[in-house]
Amino acid sequence: MATIWFMIVAVMVAMYVLFDGFDLGAGALHLIIAKTDEERRTVLRAIGPVWDGNEVWLLAAGGTLYFAFPLLYASSFSGFYLPLMMVLWLLMLRAIGIEFRSHIGDPMSKSFFDVIFSVASILLAIFFGAALGNVVRGVPLNPNHYFFEPLWTNWRVGEQNGILDWYTVICGVVALVTLTLHGSLYLATKTEGDLNLRARKAASVLWPVEMLLTIVSFVATVLVVPHVLENYSKWPIGYLVPVVVFASLGYMSYAHNKGNDKGAFLASCGYIVGMLVGAAFALYPNVLPASTGPEYSLTIFNTAAGSHGLGVGFVWWTLGMLLAIGYFVFIYRMFRGKVKLEEGSDHGY
Amino acid sequence: MDSALLVHRLHFAFTVTYHYLFPQLTMGLAPLILILKTLAIRKNDERYDRAARFWAKIFGINFVIGVVTGIPMEFQFGTNWSYFSRFAGGVIGQTLAMEGCFAFFLESTFLGLFLYGEKRLSKTMHWFTALMVFLGSWLSGYFIVATDAWMQNPVGYERGADGSLQLTSFWQLVLNPWAWLQYAHNMSGSVITGGFVMAAVGSFYLLSRKHVDQGQIFVRVGVIAALIFSVLQLFPTGDWAGRMVAEKQPVTLAAMEAVWETSPGAPLVILGQPDVAQQKIDNAIVIPKMLSFLTWRRWNAEVKGLNQVPKEDWPDNVPLLYYAYHIMVGLGTIFIAVSAVAAFLLWRDKLYQARWILWVLLLMFPFPYIANTAGWITAEIGRQPWLVYGLLRTADGYSKMVSAGNGWFSLLGFMGMYTVLSLLFVFLVRREIEHGPEPEPDPALPKIKAGSVASAEVR
Ligand code: HDD
Ligand code: HEM
Ligand code: HEM
Repeated sequence: MATIWFMIVAVMVAMYVLFDGFDLGAGALHLIIAKTDEERRTVLRAIGPVWDGNEVWLLAAGGTLYFAFPLLYASSFSGFYLPLMMVLWLLMLRAIGIEFRSHIGDPMSKSFFDVIFSVASILLAIFFGAALGNVVRGVPLNPNHYFFEPLWTNWRVGEQNGILDWYTVICGVVALVTLTLHGSLYLATKTEGDLNLRARKAASVLWPVEMLLTIVSFVATVLVVPHVLENYSKWPIGYLVPVVVFASLGYMSYAHNKGNDKGAFLASCGYIVGMLVGAAFALYPNVLPASTGPEYSLTIFNTAAGSHGLGVGFVWWTLGMLLAIGYFVFIYRMFRGKVKLEEGSDHGY
Repeated sequence: MDSALLVHRLHFAFTVTYHYLFPQLTMGLAPLILILKTLAIRKNDERYDRAARFWAKIFGINFVIGVVTGIPMEFQFGTNWSYFSRFAGGVIGQTLAMEGCFAFFLESTFLGLFLYGEKRLSKTMHWFTALMVFLGSWLSGYFIVATDAWMQNPVGYERGADGSLQLTSFWQLVLNPWAWLQYAHNMSGSVITGGFVMAAVGSFYLLSRKHVDQGQIFVRVGVIAALIFSVLQLFPTGDWAGRMVAEKQPVTLAAMEAVWETSPGAPLVILGQPDVAQQKIDNAIVIPKMLSFLTWRRWNAEVKGLNQVPKEDWPDNVPLLYYAYHIMVGLGTIFIAVSAVAAFLLWRDKLYQARWILWVLLLMFPFPYIANTAGWITAEIGRQPWLVYGLLRTADGYSKMVSAGNGWFSLLGFMGMYTVLSLLFVFLVRREIEHGPEPEPDPALPKIKAGSVASAEVR
């Protein structure tokens, strides 16, 4: 049961990254590729009706984590106290940037909100990557299963690490590039004209960077945490993961050059899922490895909630997800197609 | 008090009190907007559609702030209350996760459709999205109240091997009697907020002689809702809440009413300042035996006093608890009076001309917020010194690894952030109110054929 919930949480996190990822990425690119007020409104319109729903995946994933693995939630949230508080503030700033721009008329405040939105999106992408980096690298858990990490110490990977060290910074940059590319491909599918051209151009520039960073991050991970390879040798099926990652990258470039925006976007989804699955696969059954010694690591078994609760949860969770998928299909069909500004200008953006 | 504990309590209290300012309007307006949409269809009158569209804009702004201040709440269980989460997460994680999986998805999806989809959807479908938004927000209210209710009255759990709690009965958790009673009272309280806010905006338009047709709709719908739910707030829901507290948390009731000694035929204190050191009430105005009657329905019933338990088991801030409770009840009485007078004038067809009562309605809008906040302070301070009643003390529940200094850092950060949010909110809502509902469509344009019959009937 615990393993099932591990997969469920992982899937929900992946859903969050896929969905909110493109609007984070679109936000990161916002200032660069959308020049006029009209173009900026188009970008916001492309994500406006869905970003709030996308963010719910974060809440649902958080809630599910809380109920299935209470100790993991308790330990990691208090240990990552400072970066999480900043993530919360950034999420707020981003929502303000998206939602309130449309209510304000003058161009000066508009560009102010645009900058807020863009900067918050960029920082969030980096933070999320760094967070994943911390989980892969491990944290200084004490025998009581708790820890506290300052933002940074000496930037080295060691016993007394901070949230940020050279390894997690690399992870942050990988996340930023990945999500920006993801966002540019999304925008390419949703827009026309100049904006579409610029979104595609951004994707062309970002693709080689992503290729390079993927390799760098693989190497860095193996250097920092050599035992990530253990699970791969135990279950060789895991080697499919890097295959999927590089195949997605390859197809992304191919589809992109062919002008198949949708295909390229889907390839980017495949790439992200591959990277996340790779991390989860390497960690299993750990969920938060200890840098202080493997006996302190949090695993899915020592953090899982009681079996009755997990069983009951499985019933309503399945029901809830079926409903949620129903809504999602519905809303994406309602708002499918390219964004045009004329129609339905009754509400902002 | 340990200073880290103090910071974490302030942190939670500040952020949740601020958060709840917004959901109460969300949950209060959602049914009222649904009523406007229903009237628009039933009477085939586009004025109600315009009214619904105006309130949808306010709703949208309010919702965004509700969402961005709600996300930190969920995080804080882990960041600031990690010992509590580890202890109780196996049980209350259920309701919190269900809120995410059922309510938030529903609400955010259909809100998107409701706000952006009016042109693409048929009238009935658009009405349906309003219904779903209403259901979503009320569902999310239930799950969160059930979470809190479990902390007040833990049920359906057992202790696991490592001392943390495990769920044994899902239905006991979800159908906790405390949750039902608290939910009824709380939701009614939020409709009071919705009703008074709507009436206040309507009064503003009538007093300033702008958007008069819309102003009348707002005042009418707002006053009727406010009256119905103010009465429900006192009876039966407030009465239920009080008796449940008396039964399950007698110490809390004693502190709310400042009953120092267990005694038969206890009086009800209407006004007066409690003096904890000397255990008396200064300047008291009391109704003899009333408290006994209200709680146990017998004039001479015994009411438990604070002296039944040692002082370290008293709620740690008796005066605040006492005042919060009396402010809530006092305001509740005032709401009934004001809305009854306004409804009477409405019935006699005099309300729209009676400027004095329109002024009163206009100035009334902050008070439901105060009453709701005071109610929550009553519930939460009343639960002290317990975090989970009878099982876990607040002093044992916070994140021991997060120092007071780091707590202050984020508390001050939130204060700054919320100041900005408040300014933005006030600015944006003012703009919408100043801008007003859309004007009546020009009758020269032959567009809407209905409406003429219906509006004659209403006027
Ligand atoms: C408009 C707001 C409002 C008004 C006018 C009232 N209440 Fe209330 N009350 C609330 C809003 C509220 C609340 C915010 O909704 C609370 C906090 C917790 C809860 O579930 O409801 C609450 C809690 C609450 C509690 C505490 C329950 C606990 O300790 O958990 C009691 C005993 C009452 N109420 C009783 C009353 C009575 C007798 C009222 C007489 C008119 C009254 N309330 C008016
Ligand atoms: C319904 C969900 C709620 C839950 C699960 C909840 C839970 C908690 C928790 C965990 C604490 C910290 C421990 C403590 O000091 O007691 C707390 C404190 C507090 N909460 Fe709530 N709360 C809820 C709703 C509210 C609301 C809506 C308000 C106010 C509008 C509120 C007001 C407070 C206050 C004022 C405190 C501080 C108590 C103190 O410092 O003594 N709570 N609550
Ligand atoms: C400790 C207590 C609380 C927590 C953890 C919490 C959590 C949250 C979260 C995470 C959101 C964002 C939802 C979204 O994205 O749609 C939210 C919004 C909401 N919350 Fe709270 N909340 C708390 C207190 C309350 C209380 C006491 C109520 C009402 C009874 C409430 C009702 C709502 C509603 C209706 C929303 C919908 C959006 C809006 O605010 O406009 N919350 N809450």
